Amino acid sequence: MSEASIPQDASPALLIEAGRSEAHYWRNLWHYRELLVFLAWRDIMVRYKQAALGVAWVLIQPVVQTFLLAFVFGKLAKMPDGGIPYPLIVLVGLLPWQLFSSAFSGAGNSLVSNSNLISKVYFPRLLMPLSALAVALVDLAIMLVLTIPILLVFGIPPTWRLLLLPLFILGALLIALGAGLWVTALTVRFRDFRFITPFILQVGVFVTPVGYRTDYLPNWHDLLALNPMTSIVDGFRWCLFRGESEFYFRGLAISFTVAAVLLGTGLWHFRKVERLFADII
Amino acid sequence: MAGSAAISVEHLSKRYVIGHVGRDDTLRDTLAHGVKGLWGALLRRREWSRSVREDFWALRDVSFEVSRGDVIGIIGRNGAGKSTLLKILSRITEPTEGRVSIRGRVASLLEVGTGFHPELSGRENIFLNGAILGMRRAEIRRKFDEIVAFAEVERFLDTPVKHYSSGMYVRLAFAVAAHLEPEILIVDEVLAVGDIAFQKKCLDRMKAISTEDQRTVLLVTHNLSSVLQLCTHAVFLAAGRMAAYGSPPDIVRSYFGSMTPAAADADLAARSRPGGLRGQARLLSAKVAGTTGLSPWQVPFGGEIALEFRVRVERKLDFFEIGLGLFNLQGLELCSSLSSWNGRIGPVEPGDYSVEVRYPSLPLVPGTYRFGIGLRSERDAEDYLPEAFDLEIVHSPLSAREHFSTIRGALAVDITTTLTRLPESK
Repeated sequence: MSEASIPQDASPALLIEAGRSEAHYWRNLWHYRELLVFLAWRDIMVRYKQAALGVAWVLIQPVVQTFLLAFVFGKLAKMPDGGIPYPLIVLVGLLPWQLFSSAFSGAGNSLVSNSNLISKVYFPRLLMPLSALAVALVDLAIMLVLTIPILLVFGIPPTWRLLLLPLFILGALLIALGAGLWVTALTVRFRDFRFITPFILQVGVFVTPVGYRTDYLPNWHDLLALNPMTSIVDGFRWCLFRGESEFYFRGLAISFTVAAVLLGTGLWHFRKVERLFADII
Repeated sequence: MAGSAAISVEHLSKRYVIGHVGRDDTLRDTLAHGVKGLWGALLRRREWSRSVREDFWALRDVSFEVSRGDVIGIIGRNGAGKSTLLKILSRITEPTEGRVSIRGRVASLLEVGTGFHPELSGRENIFLNGAILGMRRAEIRRKFDEIVAFAEVERFLDTPVKHYSSGMYVRLAFAVAAHLEPEILIVDEVLAVGDIAFQKKCLDRMKAISTEDQRTVLLVTHNLSSVLQLCTHAVFLAAGRMAAYGSPPDIVRSYFGSMTPAAADADLAARSRPGGLRGQARLLSAKVAGTTGLSPWQVPFGGEIALEFRVRVERKLDFFEIGLGLFNLQGLELCSSLSSWNGRIGPVEPGDYSVEVRYPSLPLVPGTYRFGIGLRSERDAEDYLPEAFDLEIVHSPLSAREHFSTIRGALAVDITTTLTRLPESK
């Protein structure tokens, strides 16, 4: 062990030190983008290989849910439909909700279900929750491909507003990521946090206007918008239905703020505890 | 050699905190502990007592330097901190103190087949595993045919790996790893998996990597002969500290020298026993007599196995018998032996005795085996430990035979074969 051993190489040395936060966190993440693609691809392959019913499985659940919710809200509660067949309202509401729920539960479980990787290989841990979003996106794509012809059959052709749909899809993913980052990081430390995911999803399907339209509940609008998924669901309906639903911008602003805080704190907390994962998982 | 340091490790330490009451696995536990601590603080006006926790230093003040092209063997007993060191160097976990600087692209191989998914086909797993180990997609594609040929799995490329035999699985996993082209390769115990032929392939590959391409290799292994064959330097870790650093023969010698007899003894006196024993004769300890293996509980294949027990006799016994049961790790009893088969021992006066038991030829296939030990007198069972200790049979020159790795069962028994041509054949 010689003392005078400061390397003269031009190549930058990688430093590993206690408490050293990653100097190039985001650049490093970019460097690992191919692995992100592979992990996402793995999750998608495995999901559709393991399920015997494959694609059908993605559809059975929302179809059953559509009719149940349409029955409860439309028939029993007699919520106003604004001239659109009630099942369609629910179906379009379910699109973003399914996207959120599968992205959120996937991201929330991502670290614990990949614990073998985390204790054996280095990569930015953020890749795990990120790659979990891809499966949700594929599920959404399948549902969308089937929803648009159904809307056509009922005389609701797509308009230019459909072009804005990706913005709301992105929004739903970011909300799911924010919540998922919290849950997945906490689950590593406290395994009982995994019970919080089904709980949030059970409550969420009612707190989010999946089965009803917010434009007929003006008094509740701001309160509902505290749940950022509200504006995403409103946004999906606004994009897929013609002019029937007006857009509520104050709600969007509220939701956007909540979502930004969720994602920001989620990332902050995740980065703070990230380097402990391998020790405690 | 300043300027060519590939890795420099300075005063590296890693502390783990061990919860005494078990880890707080659930939030409820943590809250409960927190409340208890707070309550205690209120009552006794002491400082907030964190629940009973203990520090464990897996690594303590380790420093060394690795030049480009060096092959470093890291040796030490289980729990000496070898894996922790590799995990820090691979960036999986952070050090508590000290620092490491690394120059060059690192690939670490702490496990063969990390990230393999049983549902995916061989082809898919090659890409996935390659990406996980840090290969670019283009790189994997370029080496794909080579990897497949190395693994010898051409016909099963599109079969999910869950249908692979364990041999195929390991071959495929290693093939991917063997085609990594990092500047620094970090390997943990990988050589210990698979059969002898595979281990040799692995060793050859490592040799090629280090000598031809001037790569730096860090290798944790229990196989001292591979340290002597492959490494240019060796690090000997003991209880988290660096006990020695230098040339492999010196380090291997000091490693053997560090084996204290105390550690070689298995303390049997304090073990819990089944009920109904008389206890007039008790097993105090056991050890393997004169091992030449790596650890006191390793015996090279093909040699004699000699066990030495210390026994305390409380009252005079007319007859003394020791019985040994040998089990594989699946719990199958492979053989049982009684000392009385070779003659009667006794009477025995009270006092401490050493009992030596020899198995002159017990050709156990390399692996881990478990001994159960019992003592009996003319009256009844005096002592019995159904799981007294484990013994590992390790490979030796005698086991390096052709097709030895494919032997099934527990015993490798020599046979003689005669081929005679029958007279009525044409």
